[in-house]
Amino acid sequence: MQPPPVDPACGPESDVVVRSRIRLARNLAGFPFVGRASDAQRHEIMLLVTRASQGEGLAWVNMAQTSPEERQLLVERHLVSRHFADSAVPRTVGIDPGESLSVMVNEEDHLRIQTILPGLRLEEAFTRAHAFDDAVESRVDFAFSSRWGYLTACPTNVGCGLRVGVMLHLPGLRYTGEMERVKRAAKDMHLAVRGFYGEGSEAVGNLYQVSNQVTLGFSEDDLLRRFAQETVPQLVDYERSARRLLLESNRPLLEDKVHRAVATLRAARLLGAEEATKLLANVRLGICMGLLPDLTLDMVQRLMLQVQPAHLARIDPSAADEDKGRLARATMVRKALRG
Amino acid sequence: MKCDHCDKPAVVHEVVIRNNATHEVRLCAEHAAQRGYQVPAAPVTQLLSQFAGQIPVLAASARREPAGPVRCPGCGLAFAEFRQSGVLGCPGCYEAFMPQLGAVIERAQAGAVHHAGRVPPRMEGMADRAAMRSRLLQELDAAVAAEQYERAARLRDQLQGLGGGAS
Repeated sequence: MQPPPVDPACGPESDVVVRSRIRLARNLAGFPFVGRASDAQRHEIMLLVTRASQGEGLAWVNMAQTSPEERQLLVERHLVSRHFADSAVPRTVGIDPGESLSVMVNEEDHLRIQTILPGLRLEEAFTRAHAFDDAVESRVDFAFSSRWGYLTACPTNVGCGLRVGVMLHLPGLRYTGEMERVKRAAKDMHLAVRGFYGEGSEAVGNLYQVSNQVTLGFSEDDLLRRFAQETVPQLVDYERSARRLLLESNRPLLEDKVHRAVATLRAARLLGAEEATKLLANVRLGICMGLLPDLTLDMVQRLMLQVQPAHLARIDPSAADEDKGRLARATMVRKALRG
Repeated sequence: MKCDHCDKPAVVHEVVIRNNATHEVRLCAEHAAQRGYQVPAAPVTQLLSQFAGQIPVLAASARREPAGPVRCPGCGLAFAEFRQSGVLGCPGCYEAFMPQLGAVIERAQAGAVHHAGRVPPRMEGMADRAAMRSRLLQELDAAVAAEQYERAARLRDQLQGLGGGAS
């Protein structure tokens, strides 16, 4: 197989690794956790965190002043969690201009510091999150115990409060029937494997989120090194081997999935968000396998975001209506993929 | 099943195979004792529960979590509420519920029992690392004494992470 095409906009190892994500959970000392705090305390937490973040270049969005469509837009861009978007407590999110760093205040923990970068760039993402964490910690005290580390509302995050994750595109493993074995191995390695939309969701388009489950007993460097230099490269190797196998042993199946997806997207007059994501994911596979030289990975990844409901409604306001949205989505995709 | 030597019910049933021939022995408590068999005086379930009761760790893990406070004095959260939601009320809950929570965290964190990551700048240079080290050493001794070698290896790694080796 040819080496995977490198699209600088999509980051390293982007044939398999869609994006890297780092998340740190922190709580201010002297306050109850969000779920048990009063609204007055929640407002005070927001004030203290936004003050402590001054000079860090974040734009703050008060979630109480956002519309449901705006909140959905933030979820689709992975800047806030679904739980945060749907929550009723006073809460705010700080976002940097490049949208690589976001800070949710009053999610399950007082602060959820998150960095997302395209491709496999975990170390860089961690450095960015860590720098923000340090800056805030120089101005406020975080709840910490010498035994348990950084104290979090849920004990599954206690310790470093660090979640290291990647979104992986694993069609090769899925089509060769290896995915269940990989999931079992991941479980043994204390890794969480989730679908496209997070916990409990289906892996639409063979997109999986993989992250560490253990946050205690390891240093941040150890967790990061194991995940970024051992776990992820191993999964990337498995996926590439499965794709090679597919190309050698069942090329018609692979070509059928890829070209059928392109043909459907170029011909469809009505498209749902999930169907579009599935088809675009197969186009993504075709590009990475060198089967679609006229299309670029960057363009398909942008389309995968633009077909999501709130993004589509931004591009075409009539798409807020579900039926009109299916029409608008199909029209937009046809235009983008015009051959 | 009756005893081979009287009409009382047999409590020992032994099958002996010698030179390809099978020979069965059935004995009541009295005849079994006479022939040197040790016969339990109580049902096996009762014996097991007595045995478990003599070993605190086994008894606790087999039957229930160690007893601890019902509510956190800091935020008023009941431990039962945490059990339902999985979410604690305040940082003080970790200390308040330590007896019950320790085992929960150990299970959730794949056996880890101590933080090994960064320490806030305000706590660096304080006696914390020394205290953590001394606690880890105590736990390491206990783990070795209990022949919990996997746990001991984890504790040793954590000690090494603190610097200065485990010895």
